[in-house]
Amino acid sequence: MPQIACHNLTIGYEGKAVVSGLNFSLDPGDYLCVVGENGSGKSTLMKVMLNLKPPMSGKLVTGSGLRSNEIGYLPQQTPVQKDFPASVTEVVRSGCLNRRGLRPFYSQAEKNLARRYMDKLGISDIAKRCYRELSGGQQQRVLLARALCAARKIILLDEPAAGLDPMAGQDMYALISKLNSEGITVIMVSHDIPAAVKYAGKILHIGKQSSLFFGQVKDYLKTEIGRVYAGLEEEA
Amino acid sequence: MIEEIIVKIAESFQFAFVRNAFIVGILIALCSSLLGVTLVLKRLSFIGDGLSHVAFGAMAVAMAMSLTNNFLLVLPVTLISSIVLLHSGQNKKIKGDAALAMLSVGSLAIGYLIMSIFSSSSSNLSGDVCTALFGSTSILTLSKTEVWLCILLSIIVLAVFLLFYHKVFAVTFDEDFMAATGVKAKAYNLMLAAVIAMVIVLAMNLVGALLISALVIFPALSAMRVFKSFKSVMLCSAVLSVFCAGIGMLISIVAGTPVGSTIVMVDIAGFFIFGAIGLTRGH
Repeated sequence: MPQIACHNLTIGYEGKAVVSGLNFSLDPGDYLCVVGENGSGKSTLMKVMLNLKPPMSGKLVTGSGLRSNEIGYLPQQTPVQKDFPASVTEVVRSGCLNRRGLRPFYSQAEKNLARRYMDKLGISDIAKRCYRELSGGQQQRVLLARALCAARKIILLDEPAAGLDPMAGQDMYALISKLNSEGITVIMVSHDIPAAVKYAGKILHIGKQSSLFFGQVKDYLKTEIGRVYAGLEEEA
Repeated sequence: MIEEIIVKIAESFQFAFVRNAFIVGILIALCSSLLGVTLVLKRLSFIGDGLSHVAFGAMAVAMAMSLTNNFLLVLPVTLISSIVLLHSGQNKKIKGDAALAMLSVGSLAIGYLIMSIFSSSSSNLSGDVCTALFGSTSILTLSKTEVWLCILLSIIVLAVFLLFYHKVFAVTFDEDFMAATGVKAKAYNLMLAAVIAMVIVLAMNLVGALLISALVIFPALSAMRVFKSFKSVMLCSAVLSVFCAGIGMLISIVAGTPVGSTIVMVDIAGFFIFGAIGLTRGH
């Protein structure tokens, strides 16, 4: 049984459909990259999958016992967070909230989990620093650590390498691949097609009806739109 | 000189109404400062201002209806407005700040109109309005029920912040993440809206409708100049606010100045001191 399946999904904002007729399904452990032009609805699709926004029509079904509190999410940074007085530890630990229900304080196990992911992402040495004083790359790592604390089965990432320099971007992709190899389903929105075809297992291309594609990366590279996208990026 | 001041303060504290005012003032300062951190960070600094004007309008209606206890009308009306405002903040069609401004000036106008139509010719209209807007003396005329109500509401507010501290942090820092990862962010937002309304209604007695924003914003902003984690900002904001409110009330007892504006003056002084500390730390 697939973990997430979309049947004839239409998404959009402010009453206007952006993408319609989306059909795809993901099994546990898949690595999906969602690509498409600016404004094609990638981030909107993400929000629909996260239940932050209702689809305009169609159905989104979760299966394999996936519950909403087993999902991790790496959003794009919001302006509010740019000058937020919070320590790195506070931000990372807040990822554990979805396993706590009404209990008011973090348990030792949750604190350890947060520490483990901070170690993994190399941000333990800045645990006490203030989030707003970090570089873009460090902030991104902090948010990823938070997402990991929340992700027990699946993680959704919105432009994880945005604002990172190429080296930090590579590190980020390597990390995500490692997670995926440990069994967590990865869904990523990205502009970075070369990285997408390098790391992802499946591609979902959204945009105009004629250019919709869902399938394995190697099949994507055989389609016209896939060749154009991957090719264009190589020339640039 | 100092001796005289101490004697004067000691004398005032023999009156029950002064002690009541002090208790209520400290509690309100504490609650509003906790809330202030969240509101400032959520870019909702002005919600206090808007809601207090709504509360003023409701108070005017309550006065016109000559209700014995204004709280009974003011609290529910403010609560509903608070929930509507916090919800419309996320609704992209009506911009949050425009909705706030509309509600704020609208209820101010309605409140003043109702007060001037319904007040009998013998009563002192400008005095009533001044009291409602600047809280000039109303904190000294609290009834016993009002004091207990205030203590009860403060306990609720403090309990919410203590028990849901981490959720308040999460809903302030990143509401979408919270909702996406399966925590009921909407419920916590609603809870916050309820707490905001309670604090506003409480604070109206102390500083009046116009100066509530100061009580909410200044301690939080001062704390943010110096401290860099959410926990330390919260703690500092609470301590600073209680301290400023205490000093402000003592000054107003000794110097005979209006309570509300004196407290705000001390808060402003605190802000500049913390700003200077922040600067020297190279912030």
